[in-house]
Amino acid sequence: MSEQQAETTTDYEPRIVAFLCKWCSSAGSDLAGVSRIQYPANATPITVPCTGSISPNYILSALKKGADGVLVSGCHIGDCHYIEGNFLARRKIHLVKELLGFVGVEQDRFRMSWVSAAEGAKYSQVIKDFVDDLRPLGPQTKVKADRS
Amino acid sequence: MTKKRTGVFVCHCGNNIAATVDVKKVAEAMSNEENVVASEDYVYMCSDPGQNAVIQSIKENNLDSVVISCCSPNLHEKTFRDNAKRAGLNSFTCEIANIREQCAWVHKDKAVATEKAIKISRSAVRRAGRDQALVPIAVPVTRKVLVIGGGIAGIQAALDIANAGLKVILVEKLATIGGHMLQLSETFPTLDCSQCILSPKMVDVSRHENIELMTYSEVMEVNGSVGNFQVKIKKKPTYVDPELCKICDDCAAVCPVVVPNEHDLGLTARRAIHIPFAQAIPASYTLDENACLGLNPVRCGKCKDACDVGAINYDMLPKTITEEVGAIVVATGYDLYAQEHMNELGGGQIDDVLDGLQFERLCSASGATKGQVLRPSDRTIPKDVVFIQCVGSRDPANHCAYCSKICCMYTAKHASLYKHHVPDGRAYVFYIDIRSGGKGYEEFVQRIMEEDEAIYLRGRVSKLYRKDGKVRVLGTDTLTGQNVEIDADMVVLALAMEPSKGTADIAKTLKIGRDKDGFLAEAHPKLKPVESVTAGIFLAGCAQGPKDIPETVSQASAAAAKVIGLLSQPTLSHAPTVAKVRNSHCTGCEMCVTACPYNAISLENGKALVNEVLCEGCGSCSATCVRSAIEVKNTTGLQIQDMIEACLA
Repeated sequence: MSEQQAETTTDYEPRIVAFLCKWCSSAGSDLAGVSRIQYPANATPITVPCTGSISPNYILSALKKGADGVLVSGCHIGDCHYIEGNFLARRKIHLVKELLGFVGVEQDRFRMSWVSAAEGAKYSQVIKDFVDDLRPLGPQTKVKADRS
Repeated sequence: MTKKRTGVFVCHCGNNIAATVDVKKVAEAMSNEENVVASEDYVYMCSDPGQNAVIQSIKENNLDSVVISCCSPNLHEKTFRDNAKRAGLNSFTCEIANIREQCAWVHKDKAVATEKAIKISRSAVRRAGRDQALVPIAVPVTRKVLVIGGGIAGIQAALDIANAGLKVILVEKLATIGGHMLQLSETFPTLDCSQCILSPKMVDVSRHENIELMTYSEVMEVNGSVGNFQVKIKKKPTYVDPELCKICDDCAAVCPVVVPNEHDLGLTARRAIHIPFAQAIPASYTLDENACLGLNPVRCGKCKDACDVGAINYDMLPKTITEEVGAIVVATGYDLYAQEHMNELGGGQIDDVLDGLQFERLCSASGATKGQVLRPSDRTIPKDVVFIQCVGSRDPANHCAYCSKICCMYTAKHASLYKHHVPDGRAYVFYIDIRSGGKGYEEFVQRIMEEDEAIYLRGRVSKLYRKDGKVRVLGTDTLTGQNVEIDADMVVLALAMEPSKGTADIAKTLKIGRDKDGFLAEAHPKLKPVESVTAGIFLAGCAQGPKDIPETVSQASAAAAKVIGLLSQPTLSHAPTVAKVRNSHCTGCEMCVTACPYNAISLENGKALVNEVLCEGCGSCSATCVRSAIEVKNTTGLQIQDMIEACLA
């Protein structure tokens, strides 16, 4: 590891926007709270009704507004509260990954996870892993509007 | 758009939030936000003075929207929205910023947590900035209830609801109602005969004018929402007309097929055509098509010939019926953790090692041995019986992490029943500790130890194996520190309770959650113990978690009370956070029509039209629309964009 990289991994705190569906992942994050499972504070949650309601636009917009990583987390496939919203999400999310690669943004900056209301520990692990994986990438500047 | 006048109220939650989040700093940061005209903090926002402070501020500052930075919206969103309404605000202009579960409780560094709490609160303020006043949509209520599961929980819930004058459909998978309670010999701590207290309730169900009983049936599909669910129920063919069947047993007498009897857990056998047990409800025989030699073409036909009244009909077909109900009670019960999982205890392969329910059938007067305790392998009276508690329970490394709650009590009962049947026998009980919380429970266990002289040994059993016609039990008595070896005639395992086999499927069908152990998840562990997270679906009995009969009955009655309360309203209100179309932007491309999982969108004059009663507000349509012509009210694209900005500012 070069000196410069070592510096970024220690100094830099990735900023994450976490889109959580109301029924599973947001409830799962509540359970992590109730169970007092500690995890890094890098991710700020935005609760939406369903991952199916997340437009690819939101993900790109978050990156443009300076997010270093974007998480979308919903119910497990087959368990969607709205029957099939997470299927829609999964299909779109795949395209977003492709698009990010195409425009030269590291695909690892965007992640999708399935966290149920019973999986508080998993939610905290998802955040921990994402933060760990984002650190080596350094700050996201490719699509950030204000690069100052 | 006119500028909003938003008030922010940051809760300390005692020290729950204040210990890790600098609430004063959050309130101060919010006061600098555009739109915010008042920003306060208080030690308990949800308390009476806290709520009054919000009301006062709404009036004094002429607020049109409020943000409460506090616990999860699952807990107090309703509290604060109702409170806002009391102050004359539209309740949908009240937003919750979850700075407890999603922040204060999961971080330690105060500076970092405070920063995050500010982002979360700011995000809610921005969302409130574009919130519209919405009016709930009134929907009619179907005054009919579906109860799934015909065990004691389902029976109690069905009776309570039916007695309140509502129609009930009780669906049971098996050919009779009664559930596991029907298999029990006696019940602790009073040693009431289980069947004697259950049978009258079963008869009540079958005779109740408001209850429609559907046995041998399963719920296949559930659509709709609270007040108006559409359910599809499949009734499997029994091949016997219950109206005509005289339960004379002539059919079973000629049936050549012998299979294990489930009601006696395989300790006895039954024929392919059988009645689950003598007092089954409905009182009718059932032809088990899986066991029968063949129905298409008919390969035997003896039972039909033997039936004098012509009750048997080989051409009976499965029936699927569709019903409309207003609420659903799920009471699908438990199964015992399978012996096969317990390799160190023989994995179900050792003769005379029984599970708790099998032992009940040995003790029961109507059971396998007509109430005599005989060991299955040679039908002799066992003189040394070892009872092992916590089998599969409290073992996070290998089996179930949780305590199954009832095993200490039923093992004591088993030891007592055994000693009453075989006074000169010896009953040994291996336990980790005794959990006997409950009215008369501790006294019961003490009585079994002292009067019935059951020998309690504190320790676990490491191995069971067959030796010289007996079961060698290797264990430890941790109180004396000595190893114990017992040559037992019979061993009874108090196996863990787990959710019944169909629980995962029914949870999927109903779209309700399960907890980490697979039991159905309640909406709140303390304050909403009988509600599922889905409005209108309630939980009762062991499907929600291990519990004994009195607790199950209480929960079933509680679920019934909730159902009655819900359905006694003239209309229900449907959340107004539904999709809305901007006709000027809509091109009629029908993408949203396809994306909607509820068929709530149709095309009218070339534009999308939302049926607000069917719409659940999931937003699948909005994410699909390339022109942003359809959006969910109060979760619009602009609101999300503002929130993203707030999170990153």
